[in-house]
Parts: sequence; structure tokens; C-alpha cells
Amino acid sequence: MTAQTDETQAAATPEFGRARLRKEDERLITGQTNWTDNIQLPGMLHIAFLRSPFAHARITSVDVSAARNEPGVIAAYSGADFADEQGSLPCAWPVTPDIVIPAHPPMATEEVRYVGEAVACVVARDRYAAADALAAIEVDYEELPPVLDMREAIKPGSPKVHEAGNQSFDFVFANGDTDEAFRDAPVLIERTYRQQRLIPAAMEPRAVVCTCVGGEFTLWSATQIPHVLRVMLALVTGIPEQNLRVIAPDVGGGFGSKLQVTAEEVLAVLIARKLGRPVKWTESRSEGNMTVHHGRDQWQTLRMAADRDGRIRGFEVDLLADMGAYLMLVTPGVPILGALMFPAIYKMDAYSFRCRGIFTTKMPTDAYRGAGRPEATFGVERMMDELAAELGRDPFEVRERNWIKHEEFPFTTIANLTYDSGNYEAATAKAKELFDYDGLRAEQEQRRASNDPVQLGIGVSTFTEMCGLAPSRVLGAFAYGAGGWENASIRMLPTGKVEVVTGSSAHGQGHETAWSQIVADQLGVPFEDIRVLHGDTQVSPKGMDTYGSRSLAVGGMALVSACDKVVEKSKVIAAGLLEASADDLEWTPGRFSVRGDPDKGITIAEIALATFAAHNLPDGVEPSIDADATYDPDNFSFPHGTHLCATEVDTETGFVKIRSYVAVDDIGTVVNPMIVDGQVHGGLAQGIAQALYEEAVYDDAGNLVTSTLADYLIPSASDLPSYVTGRTESRAANRLGVKGVGEAGTIASTPAVVNAIVDALRPLGIQDVAMPCTPERVWRAIQDARGGSQASAAEQHAARQSDQTQGNSPQGIDTPDQTGGAA
Amino acid sequence: MAEVTVTVDGVKYVDNVEPRLLLVHYLREVVGKTGTPIGCDTSNCGACTVLMNGESVKSCSVLAVQADGADITTIQGLANGGLHPIQQAFHEMHGLQCGYCTPGMIMATSDLLRENPHPSDEEIREGLEGNLCRCTGYENIVRAVRRAAETGVSS
Repeated sequence: MTAQTDETQAAATPEFGRARLRKEDERLITGQTNWTDNIQLPGMLHIAFLRSPFAHARITSVDVSAARNEPGVIAAYSGADFADEQGSLPCAWPVTPDIVIPAHPPMATEEVRYVGEAVACVVARDRYAAADALAAIEVDYEELPPVLDMREAIKPGSPKVHEAGNQSFDFVFANGDTDEAFRDAPVLIERTYRQQRLIPAAMEPRAVVCTCVGGEFTLWSATQIPHVLRVMLALVTGIPEQNLRVIAPDVGGGFGSKLQVTAEEVLAVLIARKLGRPVKWTESRSEGNMTVHHGRDQWQTLRMAADRDGRIRGFEVDLLADMGAYLMLVTPGVPILGALMFPAIYKMDAYSFRCRGIFTTKMPTDAYRGAGRPEATFGVERMMDELAAELGRDPFEVRERNWIKHEEFPFTTIANLTYDSGNYEAATAKAKELFDYDGLRAEQEQRRASNDPVQLGIGVSTFTEMCGLAPSRVLGAFAYGAGGWENASIRMLPTGKVEVVTGSSAHGQGHETAWSQIVADQLGVPFEDIRVLHGDTQVSPKGMDTYGSRSLAVGGMALVSACDKVVEKSKVIAAGLLEASADDLEWTPGRFSVRGDPDKGITIAEIALATFAAHNLPDGVEPSIDADATYDPDNFSFPHGTHLCATEVDTETGFVKIRSYVAVDDIGTVVNPMIVDGQVHGGLAQGIAQALYEEAVYDDAGNLVTSTLADYLIPSASDLPSYVTGRTESRAANRLGVKGVGEAGTIASTPAVVNAIVDALRPLGIQDVAMPCTPERVWRAIQDARGGSQASAAEQHAARQSDQTQGNSPQGIDTPDQTGGAA
Repeated sequence: MAEVTVTVDGVKYVDNVEPRLLLVHYLREVVGKTGTPIGCDTSNCGACTVLMNGESVKSCSVLAVQADGADITTIQGLANGGLHPIQQAFHEMHGLQCGYCTPGMIMATSDLLRENPHPSDEEIREGLEGNLCRCTGYENIVRAVRRAAETGVSS
């Protein structure tokens, strides 16, 4: 796993599979980056937003006139100033025909529905002056009741977030006879789990710069989706699409949070148009925690019916998903991805899924690393452990009883997805070996027997996920508003160098390196001779951008298709130059040679130069070997893996320490193992953070109390363990054999950690600890299990947690006994 | 307005600034050293870490007027041509992804290794706990710091 590149390797060595050091690093490690906030333009003005201090209120008046007289202020606006032109922020995923999609003005005009919603703004000569002048704006509000708990919001008589009510949609999917599956089921597991609300918190805060010159707009934004954003800005504002250029310069992380069309982007465009001057807005972190879309936030009510031998008969999933105050770009689609993923790697007779999307007076939710799959994976992997505990079996035994065997692929699941490949046995065997599973189980027994105050827990997660979003037809069937293709083009330069243009939009993943490796192999040109261009709709006019671990499985395949076309076009020209029949030419990457006369040949660089000169090309052949390709996948890809987590849980303090973490991932073939390991590490950190540390908390009035990084715990290096990573490989059905890796670690790790904590505490009769499993929560769970000897605070806590700790299932057969950590 | 004289990456600057101007805004917007980014507003993330008279500070927590007379080193002035060994180590060990936290991580590492030239992994993790990264899970940052220590940065 060393990151060293062996520079002595021969040039002919395939790039695929090499741990190439990254091309993008040099500018990033020397401070020569081009973050959006770095941009300074002549005459540029700074925008500051005044935001609602109320979770829910009617705006009775806004007076910005005094702010206009403050020093350095050029303009001040309220929502009324944009009412005729601001449109409504888009939701591109109407998951049901009768979905309620409320109007979502970028700047509120009549009502505010979450703390942080923009109600006015100041435009000034510098950012300090803009912030100062906000104090001079007068806004009168008439407070309305906040709606903060989904379970209350669906009850009759609840205050309404929107006039149409608090339910946006009710989505159902079913396959098989669940009534039959649950009738007289020998084993029934019922649980309710809470997927807490999270804040994505990419390290680079959002920033926008916009210019408007002669009716033509250039927008720089810290976005994952320059191409989608351009289309959406045109639709929202009515500005002709051809007059909009969107640039995503260096972007400092996204994790889904920059997969959005934001109020601030739309308003920057409108303000630039009003003033005819460049404008910039950069959020503060506190502003970002409040107003960058949040992730997760579900109540999951799960029922699983099984036979005594552990075979799953049926699985019922009933979700309440918090939409927040509005539906943003893919808000409703995120939990609906769970419909496809809850059955995971398991076979069953019947499955039903229901998800109600509920409005609350909180920041809207939307995609956050994994987007629907972490929630589903958590639910099913927690349930598999509960089933194992109920039956008194090893968690792997119950999983293996139900998972798809490696010889059964391709396999169509109960959710109607066809998994093309996988080998759960191989990944599990490797993970158990790296983890020393048997050794740790023995130690666990010892600690239980000796009543050790520090108990050992082992958590299993045999996850799968779907990525490579996505076959356009499938997206259409799910009512998504766009396709799932990706575009790439290859420009062969006269000097033999290559420009690769991709519609993927990198923000830390290393595309410039990996794409160079792929093209180097396909065209036989040196890695160093390739430059990858992305993230600017004028340079890369066509793309569907980067999210959902789609870049390689879709964008990478588009590259291969474009390279095929380059080779095809080159062949015609090569035949002419070599005075041979095209049928007699053989291609080895980088060179055509004449069959039977290998010395007679021509390199791709020579062809590029001859094409540039175009002096003696065959008749009727255009002087270009450049090519463009758009690839639409036939299927999703399905990475999977087995993750194992060992936790030491201090039963006296509730402190959880991750002692070891093993991640064995099958992501198909690997372009760059160094980059892959990095993606896994980072994914694990975010999944572990959900299990142990992070939660967006609103108080009873709807104020976000975790609005700063002092209150919202993003783990530091000292909070996280070192990871052991390993890989197994089953090729995906696409030509490269690649699946995707960006979200796997996040999807897999959260249930692995919580399963480990519960495993440590199960002898106490504990079946769940709500996330994040802070020392206080773990400690209280232990106290409650020991007989509620604690004061009323614990009881209050228990009451609050009642919906998430257990359903009405019988107690597990692992009854508290003398081997437990405490009696 | 107050006059400050600040040496940044070896060049002396004299400017009139508002007394409330943060050092990081001075560096980014007055001096033009945009290599030092801003990641939060509560001094938790460490992205804006620079060296002030040789010791690491979070430049969002220092006023420009407090830096009057000081010698500031940013990520853009760390190396004397080419790459500094810490920069090289972050590159070789893949200690960065999006790169936004990287200037702060590298500057904090420089101070960490000055104080403790041969830290254990645990000391590296504790020494960098004031710097947040959202991409790497810290695994390769720790390896990068270890590599930098092995190459004898402090000497």
C-alpha cells in the first residue's frame, strides 16, 4: 500500500493499476490553488445576506433603505426586489406523480421556513462593510409555530410548514407476498432506528463570483455540478443558456453538499445583472452549517420475518424522511434510493418499502456522501445483527445463509436490480483473516467471562451499494429530471500531446491523474503528455458532473469510447500514409503497423502531426482525429465489501474506542490503488463520524445549535483510528471492469461501528444505542439496562429514545447472565 | 486605520489597515497570498495556519495589527525553490485530496516537527488535532508526517 511510484518501470507498462502520484498535487501543496474565494476582479463587490432568525415566520415588512446609506454600500435588496425574476429553486426528482413541490424563492418574500433562510442582502465594496450594513436592515416578522419532529408533523392538527400540508410524497414499492412471508413467521424482528441529521461540511465553504458583461454571464462557483447548474440557472432565471458560462475552479470537497443549485448562486447572477459589476459571496462556516443542505435524517421502522435457520422470509421498510422546509435538487430522491438498496446482498421471498417525505421547518436535506444507501445499509446491516442475536448465531452465519452466492451472478434482487458481479464469500474470508476474527472473538469471551469493565465488541457490515449513476432509462423510470450519461472528448495536439476534456467535475478525487492513466493506456501516449480539462462549461461544454461514485464507471467509460473513435479515425489516415489497406493495419496502443511487416508503421504522434498539416490525407477524410463520445451505462455498478470493526467500550464511562478497523472492498478493477485507498480512508472517516460524533441539532425553537465547528464535531486525527484496507476483485460488466469507490467507506462503516458497540453491550440486554454513540449515550444506555438506578435525566433520555431503541419484539435470546460485563 | 509592517514570505509590506482586520484577510486580500485559505470562523479547522515568527498560528485568530513587526511564513513561502520536504511527503504519501486543508496541515506539521522531530503516530495525531480534514480520514496525512520526519525536516 505504499504510495511510491516506481519510475523505473518501462514506458510500455500499463498505467492501469499503477499508484501514480497525483498531477493535481503541485498546485495544492504550494498554495497556487484557484479557489473561488481567491478570485479578485476589478470593481468587484461583496454580497452579505441577512438571514431569518426564526424557524417559521411571516415576513410583514423589510426595509433596506437605511442600509443603502451605510459606508461602502452600493445596494441593498429584499426579496421583493427579486420577486419578478428569481423564479423557484429547482427540484429535479419528483418521485411520485402527486408529489408536493412547494415554491422555493431564492430570497424569501412572504414567509420564512428555516433559520438561515435569506430575507435581504447588502452589496458593498468590501466584505466587512457588507456585513456591517446588515445591521441597518429592518425586518418585521410575525412568528408561526415551528415544525421540528416528523413524527409530530404527520399527525392531524400539526402546524403546517406549507399550505398544502406536511407530507410531500408517499412512495411505495413492493415485490412478493409480504403478508404470506410474515404470516406465522417463526422469527420476527421489529426495530425502529434513527438516522440522525448530518452536516456535510466540506472544508471549502461555498463561494460564488459572477460577472455580467453585455448580457453574458460568467459564474464561478464552488460546485460539483457546473453543467447541471448551467442548465438549471437558465431554467430558473430565464437567461438564455448560451449566455451562461459556469466555472467550477479548484473545489475543496463536496460530498454531495455542492451537488445543488443554491439560492446564493441564483441571487449572485441577478445582482450582477442589476449592477453590471462583478459580485462575490463567500459564506462563513456558521452560515454554511445553517444553509448548506443537510444529509440523512430518517426514522426507519423495520420488520424482518425469518425462519429459525436464519433464512429471511420478508422485509418491510417504512421510512419517514425529513425533507426540511423545501425540496431542493434531488431531496426526495435520496431516501427513495433506499427502495433499491434495503435488500442489499440478501435473498428473500417478499419485500416492501414505503417512504413518506415530510416537511419540517429546518434546512432542506439532500445528497450527502452515499445519499440513501448509507441509510439503507445501516438499517439492513443492523437488522442482520439483530436477527443473528435473536437466533444466537454468529452474524456471519446468518448473513451467509441469505446472501447471493458468487456462482449466482448475475442476480436480480427482490428490488429488481440486476447485480452483475460480486463475491461476498471472498471479501468476507479476506476481511476475517486481516481482522483476526477468531482471535478477537476469543478475547471477547475472555473479557465477558472476567467481567472486564472494558468490553470488546465486534461489528460486521457486509454491504453493497449501487453507483455509476446511471442508465438514463432507469433514471427516467424513477422520474429523475435528467439522464445519467457522461461525455468525454480527446484532442490530439500537433506535437503529439493530448488534451482530455471530461464532463466529470473533480473536487478532490484525482481525476486529472486517473483519466491520464486511462487515456495513456488506450492511446499509447505517455502519462506525462496528457492534460485533463474539466469544470468549465466553455472548455467542457457537455457533462453530467460528479456525484454518486459515477465518474469512473460512466465518465471513465466515455473516455474509452472517445479513445476508440480516435483510433478508428487515425486508422484511416494511417492507412493512407502507409499506403496500406486499413484492413491490414494492426493497432498496438500508440502505433499502427502493417500486418506481416512490423517495421512499417506510424505512431499516433506522427499521425497527429500529419493530420495537423493535412497535406496528404486520403481523399474525403477530414483533417481531424479528435473525437467526442457520450456514454450511457447499461446498468448501475455494485461495489461491495466486508468491513469489520472492533470497539472497546468502557462500561464505566461509556467511552468507545475503535481498536481496529478492517475494510475489504470489491470495487472491481482499480486504476490507481493509491487514490482508491485514499477514497476508502476518507469514506470510513465520515461513516465512523456518523456513528460516533456528528449530529445536526435544532433546539425547540428551531435554532441550529450546531452552527459552528466548535459545536458540530468533525473528528480530528486524534479522534479516528488507523485503518487496514484490502481488496478483492470481481469485474463489473463494463469494459474497464470498474465499479466506483467514492462512497463505499461511508456506506459500510456506520453500521459496522454501531454493530460493534451493540455487540459489546448485548450481554447487558442492550439492543441499540442511538447515533451518534457519544460516551453519554452509551453510558446512559448501560445505566438504563442495569435497572434504571439513575436519576430522572436518564428516564427523560429513555423516553426521548423510546422510539429508536426497540420495537415490540421479544427479548433477544442473549439474556443477561453471569458472563456479562455487569449483572 | 493603523499602519503595520509585516514581513510575509521574506518580503516586507507596509500597509494601513483597519484595526479589526484579521491577519488571514490581510494575507489574502491585501498582500494577495491566497494560498492560505479560510475554513471556519471559530478557529477550529486550522486551514489558515501560518508561521508567525516561526511558530504556527491560526491566522483567523490574529489581527493584522498584532502581526505588526512580525515575520510571517505562508505555504507560499515555505520552500526555498522546489518543494519543501513536508510538501514532498504529502505528495508522495497522498496526504491530500481536495487540498483545502493542506496548506494549514503542512504549516502545522512544520511546527510539530520543529518541536518534536521524531513523533510517534499518536503524537502526530495529537499534534495535528487542531487541523481538520474532511477527505483523507487522516491516514495518509499521518503517513506523510512520518515520512517528512524520516527525511529530517527539522534539521
